[in-house]
Amino acid sequence: MSSGYNYTALKTIWIKECTRFLRIWVQTLVPPAITMTLYFVIFGSIVGERIGEMGGRPYMEFIVPGLIMMSIITNSYSNVASSFFSAKFQRNIEEMLVAPVSTSVIIAGYVGGGLARALIVAVIVTLVSFLFVENVQIHHAGILLLTVILTSTLFSLGGLVNAVFAKTFDDISIVPTFVLTPLTYLGGVFFSIGLLPGIWESVAQFNPVLYMVNAFRYGFLGISDVNISLAMGVIVGFNVLFFVTAYTLLQRGTGIRS
Amino acid sequence: MKALSIRGLRKTYKGGFEALKGIDLDVNEGDFFALLGPNGAGKSTTIGVIASLVNKTAGSVSVFGYDLDTQLVELKRQIGLVPQEFNFNQFETVRQIVVNQAGYYGVARSVAMERSEKYLKQLGLWDKRNSAARMLSGGMKRRLMIARALLHEPKLLILDEPTAGVDIELRRSMWDYLEQINKQGITIILTTHYLEEAETLCRNIAIIDSGEIVENTSIKRLLATLNMETFVLDLEFANIKVEDITLDGFKHKVTDEHTIEVDVEKSQGLNKVFEQLSAQQVKVMSMRNKANRLEELFVKMVEKGRATTAANTAAKQAAKAGAAS
Repeated sequence: MSSGYNYTALKTIWIKECTRFLRIWVQTLVPPAITMTLYFVIFGSIVGERIGEMGGRPYMEFIVPGLIMMSIITNSYSNVASSFFSAKFQRNIEEMLVAPVSTSVIIAGYVGGGLARALIVAVIVTLVSFLFVENVQIHHAGILLLTVILTSTLFSLGGLVNAVFAKTFDDISIVPTFVLTPLTYLGGVFFSIGLLPGIWESVAQFNPVLYMVNAFRYGFLGISDVNISLAMGVIVGFNVLFFVTAYTLLQRGTGIRS
Repeated sequence: MKALSIRGLRKTYKGGFEALKGIDLDVNEGDFFALLGPNGAGKSTTIGVIASLVNKTAGSVSVFGYDLDTQLVELKRQIGLVPQEFNFNQFETVRQIVVNQAGYYGVARSVAMERSEKYLKQLGLWDKRNSAARMLSGGMKRRLMIARALLHEPKLLILDEPTAGVDIELRRSMWDYLEQINKQGITIILTTHYLEEAETLCRNIAIIDSGEIVENTSIKRLLATLNMETFVLDLEFANIKVEDITLDGFKHKVTDEHTIEVDVEKSQGLNKVFEQLSAQQVKVMSMRNKANRLEELFVKMVEKGRATTAANTAAKQAAKAGAAS
């Protein structure tokens, strides 16, 4: 009985979340396609031809998985952060709080929305990449899919935690600007960390995004700067950490109950 | 059965403000109950705790026997909440808002769609079902919140100032609707600033002030305690000035050249007023109560409660000072 109620509630939140980002598709789905096309043109075609190979692959092929992963990270994060914060700001989060919806269902609903947007954007960016890369191959579909799902989930949870603490709309743009962007750019999207000098290669190992980009690149091309088992372990570990944090905060009512 | 039972409910906000100071309250099943109080008295905090939007500091709350601490899911299913502020997504359509809310309560989408037609029609919103909520008028938004609260068919409907900012015609149609659903068996708790609303609709009443219940009784019993009423009389006369009208045994004052206000005690009756006016060849063209009767009582109760609280505080301080010396 209880699982039936929870399933209906979960489906409702998920449909609501998907309806939201599809209703404003010009703001949510078009920009990643344009941004990534520019990256492919500038870094892939123009600069890439001068760079030659990276990790034993043409530079254009090398950056495709990184750019897809970059879209997944930013879209899953911003989807949940802006949606949950808007619900807090307009106080329609109260619609869920007064109803018998469990904390896990609220989290799953929002994460499901972030995951759906990330997957759609990933498909769009992959299709765009077909315009620039002739032979797109998939080395390991299982790892590819698992990395996409786990990374989307992780950054959706991150967006949720950010939105719980946020008091103004500025607060939900601080983390993407000052944390996510640097981590993503330094996470091996555009280069192999083997190119970093001395200690910086070791420092780069502390960047969690490095493991996501490389796991995804392994699924695509079969090459990686890090051990894949370690990469999956890091991604799963961060997922657990962020889920526990989000669950604890919502259960306590931080930022949503007085 | 008790629809609502509250014992020793306390709420202290961060920063130390004590919004509720240990209130006890019972509402019977099927009742139409008013919770009155001035701004900041603790009405919305009480409702917030019942609806689990506010974490309580101490005390217990149960709704139809379900305890807030141990049976939260069942408790929530019994309640429909119409909050004071508009709290729906302004970009969603009217139908999406009500159907989604039912979904959060586990109502299947097909059932929610059927019910949404029923309640939106009852509340005159069916024609607006595909409009974004932000396009609705203030009155329509209020009715939308009532429809949303009813879609999972709760046994207890709590309305926090539902007719604030609503025009008179619409307010009366909302009263009719609330009376109708109360007759169908839904227990209703209402907070309002319009005391006429409480007097017209509700059978029982609690007055809350500064976080304490200062009165909890039936409206009839409360009104019976009222000793004096003020009547406004519109007069017509030819051979006398309005300032020269006399009313022995009654306190009265002139408000304009054809109107006076007369204070009449319960034991006096109105006949003597009419007799004296007739004797002075003054005709009473119309008559009405100056203020809502409940309003007078409300002011008295709140003042009395504050005086008691002040006296208790002073006594405690005196006792402390005595102990220290």
